[in-house]
Amino acid sequence: MELSAAGDDHFEQMLKPCGERVPNPLNDRWINDLTDADLASLYQDMVVIRRLDTEATALQRQGELALWPPLLGQEASQVGAARALQNKDFIFPSYRESGVLVLRGVSPTELMRVWRGSSTTTWNPYDHNVASPQIIIGAQTHHAVGYAMGLGMDGEEAAAVSFFGDGATSQGDVNEAMVFAATYHAPAVFFCQNNHWAISEPVGLQSQTHIADRARGFGIPAVRVDGNDVLAVLAVTRRALEQARHGGGPFFIEAVTYRMGPHTTADDPTRYRDQGELEHWKGRDPLDRMAKYLAQSGADMEQIEKDAQAAADEMAAVVRAEIKQTVEPTARDLFTHVYSEEHPRINEQRDHYEAYLQQFGDSLDGNGANGNGAGGSAGAAR
Amino acid sequence: MKTSQTEKLGKTTFGGALNAGLRAALANHPKVLLMGEDIGKLGGVFRITDGLQAEFGEQRVLDSPLAESGIIGTAVGLAYRGYRSVPEIQFDGFVYPAFDQIVSQVAKIHYRTSGAVTMPITIRIPFGGGIGSPEHHSESPEAYFVHTPGLRVVSPSSPAEAYWMIQDAIACDDPVIFFEPKRHYHEKQDLTGIEEGKDRLPLGAARIVRPGEHVTIVSYGALVKTSLSAATAAEDDGISVEVIDLRSLSPIDFGTIEASVRKTGRLVIAHEAALTGGLGAEIAASVTERCFHYLEHAPVRVTGWDLPYPPSKLEKHHLPDMDRILDGVDRVLDRPNSYSRFEGK
Repeated sequence: MELSAAGDDHFEQMLKPCGERVPNPLNDRWINDLTDADLASLYQDMVVIRRLDTEATALQRQGELALWPPLLGQEASQVGAARALQNKDFIFPSYRESGVLVLRGVSPTELMRVWRGSSTTTWNPYDHNVASPQIIIGAQTHHAVGYAMGLGMDGEEAAAVSFFGDGATSQGDVNEAMVFAATYHAPAVFFCQNNHWAISEPVGLQSQTHIADRARGFGIPAVRVDGNDVLAVLAVTRRALEQARHGGGPFFIEAVTYRMGPHTTADDPTRYRDQGELEHWKGRDPLDRMAKYLAQSGADMEQIEKDAQAAADEMAAVVRAEIKQTVEPTARDLFTHVYSEEHPRINEQRDHYEAYLQQFGDSLDGNGANGNGAGGSAGAAR
Repeated sequence: MKTSQTEKLGKTTFGGALNAGLRAALANHPKVLLMGEDIGKLGGVFRITDGLQAEFGEQRVLDSPLAESGIIGTAVGLAYRGYRSVPEIQFDGFVYPAFDQIVSQVAKIHYRTSGAVTMPITIRIPFGGGIGSPEHHSESPEAYFVHTPGLRVVSPSSPAEAYWMIQDAIACDDPVIFFEPKRHYHEKQDLTGIEEGKDRLPLGAARIVRPGEHVTIVSYGALVKTSLSAATAAEDDGISVEVIDLRSLSPIDFGTIEASVRKTGRLVIAHEAALTGGLGAEIAASVTERCFHYLEHAPVRVTGWDLPYPPSKLEKHHLPDMDRILDGVDRVLDRPNSYSRFEGK
């Protein structure tokens, strides 16, 4: 089976899988400012994000979450991209960018409550400049381009970034979004995490060329970057964002990475992919690579590892405690925020349901024993 | 259509009234912008946006690429940024490529973000038949949008309604699907004094356009005029028909319909869209639930057939005309009608 129509070579790289730093004249200047502490914190972020994923997967198995879309293996892409962003940039994620969201300031517990089924979104997008995670494949690329057009009209030096996967590039929306971005010269950065699999479909089924090559066809400059190399992702994303923020128009990044886990916790990748392929990619693990680089450059890896694990442990402990303390929404919340202005039909249905619940001594301000208004009390009342 | 903001409107077409309403909205709010295929230099294929790009510039009135999903999807991003977009879908049958962005994004983002992000987007769609157009240019897709929570759906039936409703839709913080009965674009009305707000109704209200005692006809868009003609004809037979222009298809102003049906006891619903699952089904069911004991006859629907929109040489058979609406009136009055012949077969 073909791993990728385009192979794994021909991408921007700054760290080899063995941890060796590769000079990259185009990108070096974009990360020259990084101090030893910055480098260690990039590693720590990846460790924390991996732990977020492990913890969420465990919580799903324990029944605390209904579903979780793992990001195992994509930590360098997400940390590199997130760390390149400035606060004023606005991001439009899909459902697998949990690492990016947490680094933007979204609380891990709040994020997980979406996957618990307690809320559609639990944060205000304007608090972190992070839109609601998008489940419809590729739809958010339009939203980022529209937002970017608004930034341009407002004269703001900021960019809008959409995150999506390789499968999304087959969608009409992503292609239309590139047309709009190019036409209006919008400060929009398209960040594609080519993780090689769209549920069970390999990237070769989505594209017969490098995905980045498609963007060039729309007149959008594009870079193919080693998505398991956090330094290269950071450098390339910084370059793209700076260009976009200062009138350079849209930019497309294809981060070549690998989804080491299932599509979601409901998926079974052993049905469609070889163990050998997974082993190949384990050899390109983004965390190992950075750890090797740090060790080779003389950093105190023992201390860095200790600090990273402590930060991960703390995050995991907080999430475990908080997720179990989730106050579930009430039946009243069901009817709230469908419209921003009064809507007689919604009001009528809400009031009718209230009257119905009252027959059983329940109310809209309860959640119901079975998560369903009347729940078990219905029989008792009859 | 070069009416300036201060110039008074006199005798004005439906299209001219929309143009004046859009001009007023653009002038009143710096974040209102129009977007669509051919709406700039050309002024739209129906010239509804004529002159607006010249007056407000290419950043307020944008000619867009030919991509409906992109037009609506970018409007979503612009709404995140505080803009109030008024995208135009060139024809009714072209809205389907944008369907996902409308029903999965525009309609849901306010709910999805617990009210943090509003979607004040007004999607203008010329709709309906009767103008001899090719396929995809004459459809009535309103039921798809009425069935979608989170959207408001409206349709003006006269130049005066068009002038105010487009402004009220744009001012609304919720997304509004704005169906323009294209058959009426060239119809004129004297709009002298309209700026004072005479007869202006709230966006969600229905209007009794003709009072009557024996039968209620509920309609919207182009069929309001046809229903009025039917009411005039029925008068010759001594039948007094009340005609209600729905104006708002979502939410439906059931208060006005119920009050009328309690008075007349008989309800006919007329629309161009197909029968099955159409708005008539919703109105008939809801009125029956609420007014069962007041009804002298089951509500009757007079609609387009359950067909793909036919070639234009056949549309006269598809679109409800005055006689088919009168046949519906005969049905609810238990007078001889097409069904009294049909039921025995």
